[in-house]
Amino acid sequence: MSGFSKHIESFGALLLAVIWISPLVFAFWAAFHSTSDAVNFNITSPWTLDNFRTAWEGAPWLRYFLNTFLLVTVILIGQFFVTTLAGFAFAQVQFPGRDFVFILVLMQLFILPEVLIVENYAMVSRLGLFDTILGVGMPYMASAFGIFLMRQAFKGVPIELHEAARVEGCGWFGILWRVYVPLARPTYLAYALVSVSTHWNNFLWPLIVTNSPDTRPLTVGLSIFGAPENGVDISVISAATMMSVAPLLIAFLVFQRQFVQAFLRAGIK
Amino acid sequence: MAEHVNIERRRQAIYGWILLSPAAILLTTFAFYPSLATLWSSLFSRETRRRPSEFVGGENYTDLFADPTFWKVVVNNLIYAGATIPISIAIALSMALWANSKIPARGFVRTAYFTPTVLPMIAAANLWLFFYTPGLGVLDQIGSLFGLPSINWLGQPETALWAVIIVTIWKEAGFFMIFYLAALQTIPEDLKEAADIEGASRWTYTRRIVLPLLMPTTLFIMVNALINSVKLIDHLFILTKGGPNDASKLILYYIWEMAFAFFDAPHAAAMTILVLVVLGVVAGVKFTILDKRTHYQ
Amino acid sequence: MNVIRKISLAAVSATALASAAAAETELTMYYPIAVGGALTEVVDGIVADFEAANPDIKVNAIYSGNYDDTRVRALSALASGEPAQLAVMFSIDAYDLIEQDLIVAYEDIDGVNPDWLDNFYPALMANGRIEGKTWGIPFQRSTIVAYYNKDQFRAAGLDPEAPPKTWDELISMGKALTNDDTYGLMIPSTGYPYWMFQALAIQNGKEVMSDDGLTTYFDDEAVVDTLEFWQSLSQEHGIMPTGTVEWGTLRQAFLEGQTSMMWHSTGNLTAVKNNASFDFGVAELPANVRLGSPTGGGNFYVFKETSDEERAAAMKLIEFMTSPEQAAAWSIATGYMGVSPAAYETEALKSYTEEFPPALVARNQLENAVAEFSTFETARVREGLNNAIQAALTGTKSAEDALGEAQTSAVRLLRDYQ
Repeated sequence: MSGFSKHIESFGALLLAVIWISPLVFAFWAAFHSTSDAVNFNITSPWTLDNFRTAWEGAPWLRYFLNTFLLVTVILIGQFFVTTLAGFAFAQVQFPGRDFVFILVLMQLFILPEVLIVENYAMVSRLGLFDTILGVGMPYMASAFGIFLMRQAFKGVPIELHEAARVEGCGWFGILWRVYVPLARPTYLAYALVSVSTHWNNFLWPLIVTNSPDTRPLTVGLSIFGAPENGVDISVISAATMMSVAPLLIAFLVFQRQFVQAFLRAGIK
Repeated sequence: MAEHVNIERRRQAIYGWILLSPAAILLTTFAFYPSLATLWSSLFSRETRRRPSEFVGGENYTDLFADPTFWKVVVNNLIYAGATIPISIAIALSMALWANSKIPARGFVRTAYFTPTVLPMIAAANLWLFFYTPGLGVLDQIGSLFGLPSINWLGQPETALWAVIIVTIWKEAGFFMIFYLAALQTIPEDLKEAADIEGASRWTYTRRIVLPLLMPTTLFIMVNALINSVKLIDHLFILTKGGPNDASKLILYYIWEMAFAFFDAPHAAAMTILVLVVLGVVAGVKFTILDKRTHYQ
Repeated sequence: MNVIRKISLAAVSATALASAAAAETELTMYYPIAVGGALTEVVDGIVADFEAANPDIKVNAIYSGNYDDTRVRALSALASGEPAQLAVMFSIDAYDLIEQDLIVAYEDIDGVNPDWLDNFYPALMANGRIEGKTWGIPFQRSTIVAYYNKDQFRAAGLDPEAPPKTWDELISMGKALTNDDTYGLMIPSTGYPYWMFQALAIQNGKEVMSDDGLTTYFDDEAVVDTLEFWQSLSQEHGIMPTGTVEWGTLRQAFLEGQTSMMWHSTGNLTAVKNNASFDFGVAELPANVRLGSPTGGGNFYVFKETSDEERAAAMKLIEFMTSPEQAAAWSIATGYMGVSPAAYETEALKSYTEEFPPALVARNQLENAVAEFSTFETARVREGLNNAIQAALTGTKSAEDALGEAQTSAVRLLRDYQ
């Protein structure tokens, strides 16, 4: 009886997995077949790279990749800088108003940058950052989530290490840099993964503040590529989609274990 | 001595604020000030060639309340939240339980569950477009094998919103699964052994022991899913653009449309404020009631 | 950045005054096609030719997707102080662009010869002529035409050279063409539903808006009739699928033989020609009370925040791009119309249309064409109409109720402009 129900469960788990992966598999298959074969499901039809050729020539993908890469890098550096300092302040420095400010920061978890698009767009324009990568990245640098995470990580550092470093004559910044940052490495790694995968995939805000192929990230480029005036070609769109998800997807498949472990270890729960 | 403590305290305060200043400046520039500016601009009328902008008080809000599209969008978003939150949590939980148990091809199963998470929503929408397109799409092709008629998933008001919901669930369930997996691994093995000795069935063990222990994780995921139900709208740009007849339009999309397609920033601002109020209430509930009850953090 | 630009511009013009040397004027032009791809190459080619002929002008073309994307992009750029001197945008955006005080009328630009404005087809100028002035110069322009699958016409025992000329024929032929695998007709109802609807309404003898952009006639009896006719194509006659028909994937559906006839923009002509594996034809739309189609597509607009030098340079570019030779080349490459009668007199277009007569259908249809639907607050009024059409086609509301509601909300939106 239990063996039987176990089989049912395994079957359910596998079925769900197959369903879950099927959109990707179909698009992958369609990307390598002519449109007409793809929409008619000619399973035996020949494979072709034409769609990739068409898609590749259809937009400056390399530029988009570069933009996305620059964007996630800029954001990550900014976030590390800002959240390290703020997380440390909240974890280890006593100052008046700390708890109140911390609550303000936590509020930002709910004042989503996505919701404030109208005013943030005006702000970025005012700062002269419209259509720049910095302009896309800035609103995300002071991430409440990141500050919270760093605070938790720094709180777990034994106070003895802190004292020892101080006795050796380290100043505040020295202590932060030599003691806290190295010990929080797993948290940094996990946070970096979350941040990179979030901003690699972000769309609405970049859609609003980028205006030219020189700054446009992959997601916005893909959406424009996928919505031409007079109609779409499913196989070519599939090819473009495959191309644009490939780097992150391959990275994920290769580093899957580390990826998931990092999530788990950072205690993001 | 007292003086020394005083100096130390002052020094800490200065250090504290120096350390905080980058975050404080950025948060003020991109979160707090824009929130207030949004509130302010929601009280003024739109500037046009004929009429300069003027103070109108709550008129933009009453306009919204009189706008049937606004209510439709609100209801849509409630359905969107009401469907995506519980369903994706339930699926995520099953996924985690399966991925954590000894089943064949566990590596593949885990990967399959999690893969959608690393795809951009825009890419996911492109994949699903291929599924939904009437006549040409995968769903219709499968349906036609069984003699089912062609269904225009994205083109009918009854199905469009659900088509959008399915994509969202597909995208976020695997992400939530990770959190459950993390929580499951903190449950000590001896609990399971004890339950086995007691002769408790797997189902009883799951229901009486695992689920209660997962409660804090569930709450955390719930808040995340709630936030997602406001901000996960990217796929609308590809799949339906809110149509047909606004059947799949969600609030954030409507805000975008109002501001950047209709160039009506004041009404967009008023809507933004309403969303912020709702999110504020959620935040209040989370920080005061839930956090105390679950000892989470 | 902007200040520096202004200073350098001032410096450049100062040196120009001093030495009378050719100062370089830089133009930023927003253009409604997806970046990359075949069309980009065509426009890039035209721009390169222009720069070769005018070494003192540098053109920076920004390809920004479809019409909606382009409007959003161009206006965002202006609002945040990025340079933009001209753009090709939706011809129907004119009212809103005027209302937001963003564009300048061609009569108000120094050195524009009023006679030049008469070179173009009057039907293509209709959307750009507002309040007695001309705000848009046609370039990427289209009408709706009926594409049909001649092979399927033959298979159904119909004459492949005699596509439907009236609504009655449309239905009877549609029925003959409809079978288990194929619908007789698809008229797209996402993307630009109002455009298709306007074509039907004109054929039914009624325009859906007034010439001054202040009044809509959605609840007129003939207009309601029109929507009921569209509904009946699927609900009563079964020659079109129920629900909405996707604009974006319709071409694919036609190429796959899923529909024997489709109504679509002439802008699709070259793509259909290159991809059809069957014998296809292109016809003018059928008539009920009269023949007709709205025009569609994009016009050149010049933005208001521009210096005299920039305007002069922009005018040179526009004159170049709309010149008969360039218009002809553009038409051949895309299927969009040549915008002036002179374009159809060029050798290139003459020999092309001789060899491929469907390229003339859109032009011939201009005789019966009217301005595309456009009012003040056009985006929202149009959205209301789109929703009404979709609500009726999906069976959510009756045609009369849906259009009545759209009319009420249009009246409310336009009240401020009366």
